[in-house]
Amino acid sequence: MRLSPEERAILAGDRGEAARRALEYQVKVGEFWGAERFVPVTNVHMMGDIEVMGDGGLQWLKDYAGLGARCAVGTTTNARCFDFAHCRELGQDEGEAAKEHELIGCLRRMDVVTTDTCINYQTVYQPHLGEHVAWGDTGTVIYANSVFGARSNFESGPAALAAGITGRTPEYGFHLDAHRKGSFTVDLQARLDDLADWGMVGKLVGEPHQSYFSVPVFHSARRTPCADELKHLGAALASYGSMGMFHYVGVTPEAPSLEAALGGREPAERMVITDADLERAYAGYDLGGRDARLVVFSGPQQSLFEMKQLAGLFDGRQVKVGSRCFVTTNGAVLAQARALGYAGTLEAAGVTILQGVCFYILQNLTLMRIRNGWQNLVSNSAKIVNIIGAHRFNSILRRTQDCVDIACTGILK
Amino acid sequence: MSIRVERAFGEAVEGEAVVSEEGFSPRYDLDRWSGVITKPGHKLEGISLKDKVCFFPTAKGGIAAGWAFYDIKWKKIAPKAFIFGVTNPVMVQGAIFAGITITEGWTPHPRGEVATGDWVRVDPAARFVQVLRRNP
Repeated sequence: MRLSPEERAILAGDRGEAARRALEYQVKVGEFWGAERFVPVTNVHMMGDIEVMGDGGLQWLKDYAGLGARCAVGTTTNARCFDFAHCRELGQDEGEAAKEHELIGCLRRMDVVTTDTCINYQTVYQPHLGEHVAWGDTGTVIYANSVFGARSNFESGPAALAAGITGRTPEYGFHLDAHRKGSFTVDLQARLDDLADWGMVGKLVGEPHQSYFSVPVFHSARRTPCADELKHLGAALASYGSMGMFHYVGVTPEAPSLEAALGGREPAERMVITDADLERAYAGYDLGGRDARLVVFSGPQQSLFEMKQLAGLFDGRQVKVGSRCFVTTNGAVLAQARALGYAGTLEAAGVTILQGVCFYILQNLTLMRIRNGWQNLVSNSAKIVNIIGAHRFNSILRRTQDCVDIACTGILK
Repeated sequence: MSIRVERAFGEAVEGEAVVSEEGFSPRYDLDRWSGVITKPGHKLEGISLKDKVCFFPTAKGGIAAGWAFYDIKWKKIAPKAFIFGVTNPVMVQGAIFAGITITEGWTPHPRGEVATGDWVRVDPAARFVQVLRRNP
């Protein structure tokens, strides 16, 4: 890699040992991918929680903070594995919760802003067209690249933290024009009336095209999608397809036309998604023993408008005795949802609201499933339906109204 | 017999091969306390990756690999190397952070060239993977 004088100085230790180690690591990553140089980043979003880091990661972080590491640019955290207010009620491990407190303290000493959200793009920071950022959580990256036209690769926790410390990232992947052109097209003929439908599109497109550098171009939709719909589409594409970017003709900034989105190339494939495709996919879920005692609205966290919608659907109803319904969101959304009465309505209906977490990364989730005898998990999020399998749930995607009905009746159809 | 790889990082290592027809995610497929693939239905379900040279066609899943690789290395249950057909940045960032050898791109495809149980050598500097002994 070609290094600037400032970067050579960092490697020489001029900005301290923490920055030297971070840049040394970033050079190795950049060289693997053939990056020629670094690009400055303005914002960093990182994953860092005890469930994924383990004792080894926590020890590493404590040592690293001890070197005097400090972030050079605004750095926020992704959803974590504990909402401390619900730790005991959920039967989570108190020893692990103490480690999570310790971990959060380390991050704050390094000037990391512990927002604990996977919807930073809706509530914390919105990069502009062409802005280089270093974000973790795949849903945040695909949203940044696609909807904002910003530039980020999937940045794992250590890589994002390194970018926060040095204020730069190696220029490869989606930082380069060459990887940002569409590779195949998707004609959206379905109605797509519910958030779950948008996630289902992500599943149908992502599953057969599992490649980080595969970039679908959506077109011919019947109306302009809203931010929450694009959120569920992107999160599902990233989850099922490991994709980092999509275009949407007339909607996303690098797709003023189909030709522009494809960069003048012929698409490798032309997909069509119809209502019949969606209905076939909904009907294809194995309902197991029709266990309907767990309904989850999470992965990604709920926006204020999703909270409002759920409050409207649950108003005057009750979660069935013996069932559980969880909603996860971040602190900012929850504060407003409380002020506006949405949270109160949900809680009056028996819904449990968790703050700063995502359901699928909750510490002790497998044990929680076993203790509660849960078999199925029902959600309107295609992403969580995909990734919860490792905890041995049978997961089922249903539309939002259907999820509310299932939570309140205990009947799964 | 040897396989050329396109990109590589890490120390030269030798170990027993595990060849998968299915992609890999350390968070969704692997039990990070035992090093065994536990995801129901995964083509390697029940197989330990500890000290193995693991051939995967693709990378699955998201951001978690970065910390997860370090975690399994710290617990001494990590593979010796990951040999990917196609990978993503997170796998590479995670392997480099943990000091696990990783490569991407292969010629020829390992199907028919390497079998689970063969003893192989990975040489990142020379960009090749070599079968030293066949599984009897």
